[in-house]
Formats: sequence, C-alpha cells, structure tokens
Amino acid sequence: MTGAEPNAVGLRRDAFLERLALFGLGGPAVLLVFVTMVLPVGWLFWLSFLDDSGALSLEHYRRMIEQPSYGRTFRTTFEISVLTTAICVALGYPLAYVLSQLPRRAANLCMIAVMLPFWTSLLVRTYAWLVLLQRRGIVNTWGIKLGLWDEPLTLVNNLNGTLIGMVHIMLPFLVLPVYGSMRAIDRDFLKAAANLGAGPVRAFWQVFLPLSMPGLVAGIIIVFILCLGFYVTPAVLGGGKVTMVANRIATDIEVFFNWGAASALGVVLFALTIALLYVAARLVGLNRVLGGDDP
Amino acid sequence: MARSAALPIAIRQLTKSYGKLRVLDSVDLDIRSGEFLTLLGPSGSGKTTLLMMLAGFVRPDHGSMKFGDSEVVRLAPHKRGVGMVFQNYALFPHMDVAANIAFPLKLRGIGGDDAMRRVTQALELVKLGGYGARRIDQLSGGQRQRIALARAIVFEPRILLMDEPLSALDKQLREHMQIELRQLHERLGMTTVYVTHDQREALTMSDRIAVIDQGRIMQIAPPRELYERPANRFVAEFIGESTFVPVEVANGACRLDGMELKLAVPPAGSGRRLLMVRPERLEILGDGPADDVNVLPATVQATIYQGDSVLLHASIGGGTSIAIRGAASGRLPAAGDNLRLGLRPADAYLIDDGGSPT
Repeated sequence: MTGAEPNAVGLRRDAFLERLALFGLGGPAVLLVFVTMVLPVGWLFWLSFLDDSGALSLEHYRRMIEQPSYGRTFRTTFEISVLTTAICVALGYPLAYVLSQLPRRAANLCMIAVMLPFWTSLLVRTYAWLVLLQRRGIVNTWGIKLGLWDEPLTLVNNLNGTLIGMVHIMLPFLVLPVYGSMRAIDRDFLKAAANLGAGPVRAFWQVFLPLSMPGLVAGIIIVFILCLGFYVTPAVLGGGKVTMVANRIATDIEVFFNWGAASALGVVLFALTIALLYVAARLVGLNRVLGGDDP
Repeated sequence: MARSAALPIAIRQLTKSYGKLRVLDSVDLDIRSGEFLTLLGPSGSGKTTLLMMLAGFVRPDHGSMKFGDSEVVRLAPHKRGVGMVFQNYALFPHMDVAANIAFPLKLRGIGGDDAMRRVTQALELVKLGGYGARRIDQLSGGQRQRIALARAIVFEPRILLMDEPLSALDKQLREHMQIELRQLHERLGMTTVYVTHDQREALTMSDRIAVIDQGRIMQIAPPRELYERPANRFVAEFIGESTFVPVEVANGACRLDGMELKLAVPPAGSGRRLLMVRPERLEILGDGPADDVNVLPATVQATIYQGDSVLLHASIGGGTSIAIRGAASGRLPAAGDNLRLGLRPADAYLIDDGGSPT
C-alpha cells in the first residue's frame, strides 16, 4: 500500500503503455503515407512555382489562365466526371436497391457479380471495350444484324466511349457504399411509414432515400474524385479527342518534359477538388451525413 | 385530443402457413368497439403474425378481416388508417420529434398551425410537452416509447395496434407505462389490440385477453375469468402459477385420495380430472375447526424465501407435490413440518386432463 492512492503510479503507467502500443500499431502506415504522399506532393507543389531556369515564378499558373485550351481541359474533366457520376447514380442506385431487398445469400452472389470487374486489370477492361465498341466490333455488328441501327455507330474514340468505359469501371464504387447503407435500413421504418399513411412512392422519397443518403453521398464523392484523376480510359477510348487533366499532365511530362507545368496542373486540380468538396459539404451537411458526432 | 370514434374488428377463418408450418389456423375473433384486447401467447404462437395482418404487413392465405363494415384483408397498409406502435418504436432518425409526429398529418394534408397544434397536444398527452425539437437519438427508451405512441395516435386512428411496446423498458418503467397506457386508452377510447408475452402485463391492462398457442385461440376472456376459470390446461399453466392434482369424479362428487372435496359447482361426468391449485389461494390453517374449506394435510419439503412472499413446496396425500405461496412474515415453516392447507370451494377448479373444461 502506498498511502492514500494505492497503485496510482502503476495504473497510470499501464494506461500510458497502452496508448503507446496503439500509436505503434498506426505508426508504419503513417510513415508510409508521409513518405509516399506528403513528401512527393509537397515536392510537386514546390516545383510548380519554379520556371525553367529554376527561379521562383508564377509562370505555369499564368499560362493556364492565358491559354484557353487549359480552361477547356478543366471543363472537360469536370463535365466527364459529373456525367459519369450521374450515370453511375442512375444505374447504381436502383441496382443497389434491388440487391438490398434480396435475401442475403442471393444478394451476396449478385454482389460477387458486381465486384467481378475488380478482378481484371483496368487496362484489360478498357482495351476490351475498345474491341467491343469499334466500328466493326461486336456491339455494332449485332446492332446492325438485329436491325437496331443501320450504320455503324461511333461508340469509341470520342466522349461516348470514354463515358461507357468510365461508368463500367466506376459502378462498383457507387454500388458498394449505397448497398451497405440500404442494408442497414431497418425494414420497420418502411412499415412505419406505410402504417402512418405513406404509399410506396412517398415512403421512398421521405423515408428510404433520406436514410440511404449517407451511402449515396459517400458513393458520389468516391466516384467523382476518382473520375477527376482518370487517365487510362480517356486515353484509350477517347481516341485523343478527350483530354482530361491527367492526360494533359502526361503530355506535359512525356512530350515537353515540363515538370513545373505538370505540377501546376496537379495543384490546381487538387485545389479545385478540395474547394468543390467543401462547398458540397456545406450544402448537404456532409459531417452529419457521413456520420459525424455533432450536427 | 378528443375521444375518437372506435371501430369493431371481425376476423373470420384467418389462416397463414409458411411451408408446412401453420402460423395461424382458421382464427375467428371479434374485437369490440373501444375494447382493449390483448393477444397473449408464447413466442412463435402466431400473436405477432395476427397483429401484422391487422396492420397489413403480412398477407394471409385466406380469411376475412373487417374494420366496422368494410373488408380490409386486401387493403394496402397505408390505406388502413390504423395507428401502430412498433416493438423497436421505428422512429425516423432523420426527423426530429415534432417531424416524426407530424409525419402522418402531413400525409393527410394537414399542415401549418393545425398540424402544430395537434403535435403539441399529442406531446402533452404523452407528458413530453416541449420535446418537439429533440433529435431521436437524444431520447431515452421510455421517451422514445412515448413519442412512438404520440405518432401513432396523433391522426386519431380508430384502431390502435401495439406490438410488445414495453418489452424494451426496465421493470419499473414498464409497470408505470402499463398504467399510463391503460389510462390513455380510457381517455381516447380507440379499439386497441395489444401483443405481449408477459401475462402480468396482459392481466393489468386488458378488457379481455386472447390466449394464443400454435396459431389457435385457446381462450378469450376477461382477466379474472381467464385466471380463475381457465378453459384448459395450457391456459392454466401459461397464466400464473399452478399445480395440478389428479382427482376422481363420480356421481357428482370429486375425491382426492379418498377424501371428498367441496366444490362451488358439482362436477359433471365421471373419470379422472385435474384439480388446479393456485399457490397463493392455499391458506395455512391453524389447529381450529375449518368446516367451510377443503383441508389438505401436507408435509413441507422446501421453503424458498422471496422477499415479498415465501414459496413452499409440499407433498399431500398420494405423494403429489404442490406449491403454496404465503406471507413471509413471522415464523416460516421448515422442511419436514406438517401443515393443514385450506382451499376454499370457490378456488377449487377442475379441468379435464386432456384439455377442455368441466
């Protein structure tokens, strides 16, 4: 016994050691993120403010404002991202709803089907679309054979092809979180809505949709942000006609060896994305939707 | 809130099977207008299925269900206009308390001041005035229960359904809410169907109780009749404690181990019957004469002190073991003591060994 506070010192040390162990578990990952993310991004950020001679300048940013082609690239990037996200929501939300209403075993099987594309490399899937969608590809051959259309459609080497490819790749990223939050909705909420007088349509808009919102918002954010940085699909399926920011960055480095210009593009895209997320968060109350503690 | 006009419910041949399992077996049930009727039964008895059918969430295989004069068996849930309190309350987490209660009003085209006035009234009725702006996750279990009730009655339904609404509350709060629900029912007067597996709750609250087992109604009666005159052994065992003593009936007399028992009503027929003995209806007699009661000599086997009472296990003639509940004050009988137990003729009730009442 040590006077008035028996074991106080030992208990405090135990608590400290527990915290230390916890920190130790997270340590390697924190270090990895720092070395592979924070350092390089910081370095690129620094590079974007240097001109060709290595002096501090805003030259790269000035060029972006002065040359209209940069504006077009950013507009294309955001247009494609918004379109892809919208199509993913239109296709994925009903799909997730059907899955969430199936018995769990059947839903799991269907979920595997949804996840199947993840097992193939993105590059393979993109080239597969190229084969399917080209003028003499399977889609056009069968479309004409079945009399759906007369002339071969230009489904690839343009915006159409890019969108088809990107939606295909992005769909699971939307379905997963939406499905998760729909599964978590207690069926009694829908029963209660019906009991209180809501028909199926009103029960959906006033109860089911709001309750599935956390998953939907998460899915939209994931898909949209991934779209912003897309490179392979627009490069292969866009046929050089669709230039997104990532493609422009690649050109700057591969063709012009201009790391500064490429870095500046990256920084602007990064800043725009953050700004957009911030506005979106303010509009829909993201903290509450994504499960923050306080309203 | 004013008393609402209540509706009677008439159920005929209501049947539901899941595969080979018959959950409801041709149930006939008449619920009177304004009555508080409890469906009581063990889990899996079909009582919740029956309630869910009244709400429209479970489709029967066949049968008829009328609210007043109108057939509702094929009516969609949202057109039935019945209030319901769910076991887990099912309060919408994305709406505050007032929005939850206003939800059924909004769906009926009631908005603005009128809706606000009704929400305030409903909140005051469940003694949670001023809680309108609270979020659901800021409420305790008891408060949620009250809000769920307010939401179910705010649109003045003529029928109110409750699915074990008190089962998630602790014992003290539950007993308090039983009284309160009962008072609320007397005030509002809507036909109420209440599901529980708690017999004491059923006895406390109900005008009548329907005891259900394996999809059939075993007996439907007011609480006292159900307790004192159970229709069969299942009801006698399910409601309250009881021990059964085999007796012989012949020529209008009933004999226990050779001794003739005094009964309130002479028994009909002949053969083996069971005497239902409620532990608390047995009296430990002194040495004096006891002419108006049946006297059963017994030997104490075990004494269990339970605070508010003492439970004795004792054997009577023929080796039958019975239970006696008595006052826990004074000297308690010990194992091996010989007692004289008194059973009043009104409390001596015979049931058939097989099932139906004598």
